[in-house]
Amino acid sequence: MKSVTKEHRPISWPTKGSGGDTGSWRTHRPVVDIKKCTKCQFCWVYCPEAVIEREEITIDYQYCKGCGVCALECPVGAISMEKEE
Amino acid sequence: MTTSIKKLPDIEQVLSGNGACGGCPATMALRIVGKALGPNAIMLLTPACSVASMGMTPKLGYNWPCINICFATAGSSASGITHAIEIMKEKGRLQGDLPTVFSWAGDGGTYDIGFQALSAAAERNDNFIHFCYNNEAYSNTGVQRSGATPRGSYTTTTPTGKRHPKKNMALLMLEHNIPYVATATVAYPGDLYDKVVKAKNTPGMKYIEILSPCYLGWQFDMPETVQMSRMAVKSGAWLLWEAENGKITFNNPSSQIISGKKEPAPVDEYLMKQGRFSRLLKGPDAESRIAEIQGDINREIAFMRERAKITY
Amino acid sequence: MKSPQIIMETGAHAAALAVKSARVDVVPGYPITPQTSIMEAIAAMVENGEMNARFIPVEGEHSAMAAAVAASAAGARVFTATSANGLLYMHEVLHMASGGRLPVVMCNVNRGIFAPWTLWADHQDSFAQRDTGWIQYHCSSNQEVFNTILQAFRVAEQINVPVMVNFDGFAISHCLMPLAIPPQEDIDRFLPLHEPEWRLDPTHPSSFSNVTNAAEYAPFRRMLSDDILASIALTKKAAQEYQEITGMWDGDTIDTYRLEDAEVVAFAINSMAAELKLSVDILREQGIKAGLLRPRLYLPFPAEDIISVLPQNAQVMVLDRNYNFGHQGGILASELKSALHGRRNDITVKNRVMGIGGIDLTRRFMAAEIRAMMDE
Repeated sequence: MKSVTKEHRPISWPTKGSGGDTGSWRTHRPVVDIKKCTKCQFCWVYCPEAVIEREEITIDYQYCKGCGVCALECPVGAISMEKEE
Repeated sequence: MTTSIKKLPDIEQVLSGNGACGGCPATMALRIVGKALGPNAIMLLTPACSVASMGMTPKLGYNWPCINICFATAGSSASGITHAIEIMKEKGRLQGDLPTVFSWAGDGGTYDIGFQALSAAAERNDNFIHFCYNNEAYSNTGVQRSGATPRGSYTTTTPTGKRHPKKNMALLMLEHNIPYVATATVAYPGDLYDKVVKAKNTPGMKYIEILSPCYLGWQFDMPETVQMSRMAVKSGAWLLWEAENGKITFNNPSSQIISGKKEPAPVDEYLMKQGRFSRLLKGPDAESRIAEIQGDINREIAFMRERAKITY
Repeated sequence: MKSPQIIMETGAHAAALAVKSARVDVVPGYPITPQTSIMEAIAAMVENGEMNARFIPVEGEHSAMAAAVAASAAGARVFTATSANGLLYMHEVLHMASGGRLPVVMCNVNRGIFAPWTLWADHQDSFAQRDTGWIQYHCSSNQEVFNTILQAFRVAEQINVPVMVNFDGFAISHCLMPLAIPPQEDIDRFLPLHEPEWRLDPTHPSSFSNVTNAAEYAPFRRMLSDDILASIALTKKAAQEYQEITGMWDGDTIDTYRLEDAEVVAFAINSMAAELKLSVDILREQGIKAGLLRPRLYLPFPAEDIISVLPQNAQVMVLDRNYNFGHQGGILASELKSALHGRRNDITVKNRVMGIGGIDLTRRFMAAEIRAMMDE
């Protein structure tokens, strides 16, 4: 008899990209104009995907789904949504 | 004072690239919950959007030990885990601080099929937090009506608009005499964070409901998740409150509406932004339908204002 | 060496004492006749400190099984018990226990199913859960209930498949019989502490039962099916080692009585099989070479063991306390015929349904039934 291991159970392990490279879902990409940015971190806190770095306001485009919440919530209009090629 | 956004911890328990829709309010809320709970927690999920979002075997989009459970069992399954870890700790088989046990269910798994087991867990005051991320419909199965769907809303099973108002689930949980109940929504992350921290530090059963505007179900534009959440609160359609040991306190800005310092925004603007209402508000009966919805909101405000005066 | 303690106990209390002896951690429970006295006994032992466990008084059987599987996933040793409609109410969660490979042990005190209401024993309830992926034992005495619960934990935890221990309502659950309780150190030797190789653990986060693609789902189901079949060897080993440690033997996958030279073999489970030993004696006195074959395991069905012990050209009289709706007769007969098909063409299988809803099955009645079946 085979020894029973955890492979006999439906177990999953934490990893980024559990839904794939979700950046490919984007139709529009958020672009940050860092000169306008006041570092209020609204974009960081409201990002559903945790793809915005809170200090430098850089975006992980591999996973950013392009929902546009960050651009709409930015109080100074420092983020624009640009059409993907 | 509410914790400011800049003071929220860095820790991310929701991992990027999960299966949630863009603009998803559930992952938005769960990120904040993760900052409050930290990694020492065990998560239970009933069938819902967050199960679809969490990744497919063998990948997981949340950085907690998670268990998928049967739909009706958020209350009983969480009880099973909390008793198991407590007795194993007592018997010396678990070391370190006991993890926080939390169930993460939608409004279907809370208001409807999950209600019985949840009520029983609350009556037993078992030590866990139940979160209801409420998007006011069965969104994961393609938007059918639930007990949380407000009157007048289109869903695929209420094609001419729901005829009955939603029930006040958070208040029903409060009437079980549990030590902590709170409502929150994604537009107010500091408020949500503080409430989860309080729940984490309170022994017994805790209930936190998070209004989660879903652009697919509510039919607004994807970037507007937070805006809809804010409008729900400003119109009084969603009240932010918490109850510690039975005493209700309203949180800003709902507290201003309750105290009468601020008039709630008229509901029309909130409704017309959402296709689930606006598609039905076109005929000659539009005015009476809006009045009906406004009546439900006014009733809840008046009722909660008076209910909060009852203390013991 | 300490000798066992002999007491007089009901089957229900024998079950509760086995749960205590197994050092179970968590017991979610909900009352239903005739199972209730198991839960009452456990609740009392937890309350008075005799048993170091948590009793969770849930609001229904669906929740009882949900709390049980969740506690098991957290790493605890878990027990619950139910009967009849309570078992049916658990149905969905029974599948989660087996599919999730969670070694929960449960007693089902057999009772007929609503509608209409009946309180008394038949076997429709446990047989209706055949396809849930649970290992199922059926017991014929209070002592066997006690012994089997300990063996069930051992098998369940070795192969990560849940186990149901069934016995009849009232005839076993509420009748006093002598019960030998082996010394605790012997039980601890037979059943060591539960140390699961996987559990919900924040220091090693992993997730249980995310959505799967068909390519992933199918192998999990195949492994479950394979491992349930493989558990037959483990049940035999558990019975043998239990005998070596305690000296007690109820059979392994099967139990037999006067079978070796039998021409007529009674085939049945649970308390009626205990009574059938007396029917066999009556038939033997009448000059009929009768014997008994009692499967202790219903699932996995111990086909190989049955095939290997049935005497040549025997007539097997299957006495079913259940209906196989849509077919003639009962479910046990169908299982037996399926096992024998193409393997033992010398065997004749005959079948009657009896004892439904607790109709009393006496040795004389069953001996007469078997005689009548011989002429059919």
